[in-house]
Amino acid sequence: MIEIRGVTKRFGTFTAVNNVSLTVNAGEFITLLGPSGCGKTTLLRLLAGFETPDEGAVLLDGVDVSHEPPYRRSVNQVFQSYALFPHMSVMENVGFGLRMQNVPAAEAEGRIREALATVSLAEQADKLPHQMSGGQRQRVALARALVCRPKVLLLDEPLSALDAKLRQGMQLELKHLQRKLGLTFVFVTHDQEEALTMSDRIAIINKGQIEQLGNATDIYHRPRTPFAADFIGQANLLSGTIILRQGPTATIRLDTGLELVVACTELPASATKVLVSIRPEKIHIGRLPAPAENVFQARIAEEIFQGATDQLRLVTDQGTKLHALVANESATQEAFHEGDRVYCSLHLDDLVIVQAE
Amino acid sequence: MHVPAAAPAAIPVSDRTRPGWMAWALLAPMVFWLVVFVVIPGIILLVYSFCERDEVGGVIYSFNLDNYRRVFQPTYLNIFVRSIGYAALTTVLCVVIGYPVAYYIGRASESLRNKLLLLVMVPFWTSFLIRTYAWITILKQEGLLNSFLKAADVGIEPFNLLYTPAAVIIGLVYAYLPFMILPIYGSAEKLDNSLIEAAYDLGAGPIRAFSSVIVPLTMPGIAAGTLLVFVPAIGMFAITDLMGGAKVPMIGNVIQNQFLQARDWPFGAALGVIFMLMFALTYVILQRRGSRPAA
Repeated sequence: MIEIRGVTKRFGTFTAVNNVSLTVNAGEFITLLGPSGCGKTTLLRLLAGFETPDEGAVLLDGVDVSHEPPYRRSVNQVFQSYALFPHMSVMENVGFGLRMQNVPAAEAEGRIREALATVSLAEQADKLPHQMSGGQRQRVALARALVCRPKVLLLDEPLSALDAKLRQGMQLELKHLQRKLGLTFVFVTHDQEEALTMSDRIAIINKGQIEQLGNATDIYHRPRTPFAADFIGQANLLSGTIILRQGPTATIRLDTGLELVVACTELPASATKVLVSIRPEKIHIGRLPAPAENVFQARIAEEIFQGATDQLRLVTDQGTKLHALVANESATQEAFHEGDRVYCSLHLDDLVIVQAE
Repeated sequence: MHVPAAAPAAIPVSDRTRPGWMAWALLAPMVFWLVVFVVIPGIILLVYSFCERDEVGGVIYSFNLDNYRRVFQPTYLNIFVRSIGYAALTTVLCVVIGYPVAYYIGRASESLRNKLLLLVMVPFWTSFLIRTYAWITILKQEGLLNSFLKAADVGIEPFNLLYTPAAVIIGLVYAYLPFMILPIYGSAEKLDNSLIEAAYDLGAGPIRAFSSVIVPLTMPGIAAGTLLVFVPAIGMFAITDLMGGAKVPMIGNVIQNQFLQARDWPFGAALGVIFMLMFALTYVILQRRGSRPAA
């Protein structure tokens, strides 16, 4: 559906997108995820046609559109600010694209009604954008793009201006809509939760390059770079040296002296120094040791109540600092307190090597 | 007509509904100014317009409508129509010339924008009359334009532009262009770029994006510019005098004449009253058209 081939885009001396290649399949929901200034929006603008690549090519349905202006591309965008025309009613806004394509008025009317019904705004057709709430405007922007029946819908942080509750509702709604219509969505966000919730695949973008591409579980459980591990969710990043390799496992000694057993099947034989990522919720905490490949003792230095979870700051006997998340199962349950000594248990596949040299 | 418009705007934000004594105290200088220099002269003008003149140019206080009958005689009606025509042409030319300039400045980078705005304002540093005289030296038979054409040898015979309607239009457009550029610039600068991108994205080419999004959204600027150009251009007399050589009198010239040369103050007052009504009408029409919100 979309093919990005070795695309580079520079602004003056700044390289916003650096030799990126990416293929998006038809009907896929792909998210470009990264911090602000990472190049994700520029990549989207290259797809929309607002920017032209300095190197490489953008293909839509196998056709090179790198130098086609936006109005000749069968993609539509939902803008971060919605970009609704303030001088037009909802009806006129949604009908704009059809007017530009010279769709006959009778057919246009039907399609506009249909699009407004899809986003549950059938009753609001005659309002002006400034008379609507943020969430409603968001839907108008969506309807305005959908009514053109684009091959690909581009969404530039469309939910960032909504409050948390509304945003979660819209996330699911967008996902359902995408499945129902079978459309290809390219979604840009800096919100990793949003990306995990909605996407079929996520491309983590950093400094103009794709750091990792994969589905949500893959990206979350098996980060391949320190950046990917740190940007998605929380991670304990620990550096250490390999001291022993035994078949599929290796023992590493952290800089503090704590020794951990990790899986090393994908690790190059020459590697000596590694960076290990541990998700805080994977660390099992207990009064007694639980059966696992890694068991060590630690002291709870700080406990932070977070509602559904408790955040614990741990210091191991060797002095390694870790943070862990434990579920707050009930108010009466015996909780952990600051100063408690506990056992930490970690399974082999909960330690992910994100860097090796 | 400005008094009711000015009062609500100056009410302190903390008390929008009922201006207290503080508000009136703050407004006092403005109200005083408007009463002394707008309201009272306006009333005097209105009273005079129903009077007659005596032989030596004095005013006889009597009530009659003769002055207004004279205003609607073909001679003066023609002058009114011509003034409106010239002012309308000036306005149209100012929009056509000024819009691209204003739009470009509004969309330029901030540092370039300030430099370009300075260029638009530079003419104001020189007296208006001096600038008008400069045009005379350019346009006259042995002037700069003809010397240039002669030197360039392009086969155009020297011609006299000065004291023709074309010269008047050139003078008017020159004088009023900044007043068109600045308000349009104000609208263009505020125009959200993503709206233009949205238009492109939805399949509008440059022309349709311009006509269906950019022009409607800069309409408040165009309306304000039109008001600032059209209204004063109707009444302008200096340019028509100097560059038109009094051959094409405008309503401004006629009014000036009635007061200064003919010394027929009542008739001049009647012309003035009709003129003011025209202003008010233009203002109301533009307000109505511009009332659809653009922000």
